Amino acid sequence: MIQLNDLFNQPVKVINVGIPSFADDLKKQGVPVIHVEWRPPAGGNKKIAALLERIEHSQEVFHTSKG
Amino acid sequence: MTIRHQIRQNTYFDSVTLMLVTNQVKKIEGVELAVVGMGTDYNIDSLKRLGLYKHEFDAITPADLVLCVQTADEASGDAALIAAEKLLTAKKNIKGGTSREAIPVSQEASAKMLAGANFTLISVPGAHAAREATISLNAGRHVMLFSDNVTIEEELALKEKAVAKELLVMGPDCGTAIINGVPLAFANVVRRGEIGLVAASGTGLQEVTSIIHRLGFGVSQAIGVGGRDLSEKIGGRMTLLGAQALANDPQTKALVLISKPPAEKTLEHLYRELKQIYKPIVIYFIGADPDEIRKAGFTPALNLEDAAIKACELAGKKPISPLMTDDQIADKVSGLQLPGKWLRGLYSGGTLCDEAQRLLFDSIPEITSNTPVKGAAKLDDIFKSEKNAIIDLGDDEFTRGKAHPMIDPSLRQERIVAEMADQETGLILLDIVLGYGSHMDMAGEMASAIVSGEKRARRRPAIFATICGTEDDPQVFSLQAKKLEEIGVFVFPSNVSMIKAVKAVFSQ
Repeated sequence: MIQLNDLFNQPVKVINVGIPSFADDLKKQGVPVIHVEWRPPAGGNKKIAALLERIEHSQEVFHTSKG
Repeated sequence: MTIRHQIRQNTYFDSVTLMLVTNQVKKIEGVELAVVGMGTDYNIDSLKRLGLYKHEFDAITPADLVLCVQTADEASGDAALIAAEKLLTAKKNIKGGTSREAIPVSQEASAKMLAGANFTLISVPGAHAAREATISLNAGRHVMLFSDNVTIEEELALKEKAVAKELLVMGPDCGTAIINGVPLAFANVVRRGEIGLVAASGTGLQEVTSIIHRLGFGVSQAIGVGGRDLSEKIGGRMTLLGAQALANDPQTKALVLISKPPAEKTLEHLYRELKQIYKPIVIYFIGADPDEIRKAGFTPALNLEDAAIKACELAGKKPISPLMTDDQIADKVSGLQLPGKWLRGLYSGGTLCDEAQRLLFDSIPEITSNTPVKGAAKLDDIFKSEKNAIIDLGDDEFTRGKAHPMIDPSLRQERIVAEMADQETGLILLDIVLGYGSHMDMAGEMASAIVSGEKRARRRPAIFATICGTEDDPQVFSLQAKKLEEIGVFVFPSNVSMIKAVKAVFSQ
């Protein structure tokens, strides 16, 4: 048995990032869902967004290396 | 003629909402041109191309919303902008509801509001999709990645991370999945049962799961993996993880695998791993030699309906008949006379369009397409059919800057009217894809285009339609079928049965 099989025994609970109608469809079926009011990172400024991504990536590497 | 515009800084709407609002604004009386979109390079280009660009647009960013209309006079311009505002506000209200509950702006914030969230459904623009998927995987949540335009390098990194954590990354460009009976994005309502599927094809998965349901069987899980999963670079990582989970799943009695033929190296590895699974496996590698699959020890399927039938036979341990027998199909179209010599297939589902070409190739000459299979000819102009044209209207060339034809019927409606007016059109084929995500009344929209096309052209080619879906879908299979049958459309329960009918008519 792998960890993925645990999913098959749990209720599906969804975070929806993007097209709102996907969240509406799930709500109609009684599936627990929360819609994220997503916006492009750094207000769409590509330079700042790239910098943010580098910071996030280095934080991730730091946490992974700390185990 | 006048051009009116409005810029709303830092106001984000998703692309589907914006396309639908643009289409509604274009229908307002007096509106000649309309662009309602984020300030992306593509939309700026569109404004320039349409002659709507103003120097006020110089400073806008992709985070700003632009509304711009060209109208006959100023009053209708102002009215159109007010109408566009109202439509957008209405969409926001549906999304946010009327409650005062805070709406989260990040996955991290939303996870705090939904304890135990185990899935993230991502449909943001491709450039931002991998970032959101990484956040989800890091938090231990499975990912369904609907977004396209994710690079193959990003896909590989995401899938490596996911496999290490035994989490799903369904996608990128994955439109369909059913997990624990829940249809995600574009998927049909099918009963739960003993057949587990892994597929690199969205409409292929919709067709097979719907047919399984209509044959009286059910689906344990339907896992989408994205069209590139079995490429050499990705190496079938998600296909194998999904198959392994289905092998371990006590509910699943038989597996189905659907994909384009895998890369050679990936295929060897895939077969080696699949042989470790002691459950029957049906494989449909679209366009591949079934004998090779049989030799490798698996059950080959000849087409999508056959994949469903073989899976039901293996799960139910008894022979299963197709949804329509060959005799029933021949009876249905017996004596039908076509008023022109050419066939025109107007598909919204890519895999269904592909399947139609493959099944017709040996019996009908001169097939053309915007997405030709081997041996068919590429159309010079995708907006003008030639000979026996079988067209995928959901292909990127048609959908750039527009909603997909499963959501927005307008492109196909225009094409139906044009094909009906062509004196040489004898038969038109349509696919109606039901389920969540899809338009709520595609059959009704197609029927109205057929009626107005006939009035305008004063001629009526024969029209066949296949409906992909179930009685339990929000649109209800039988109600959609009735709308088409009432105006004389021949309705078929699968793409394969429709194509068999085409063969029968052309051989008469």
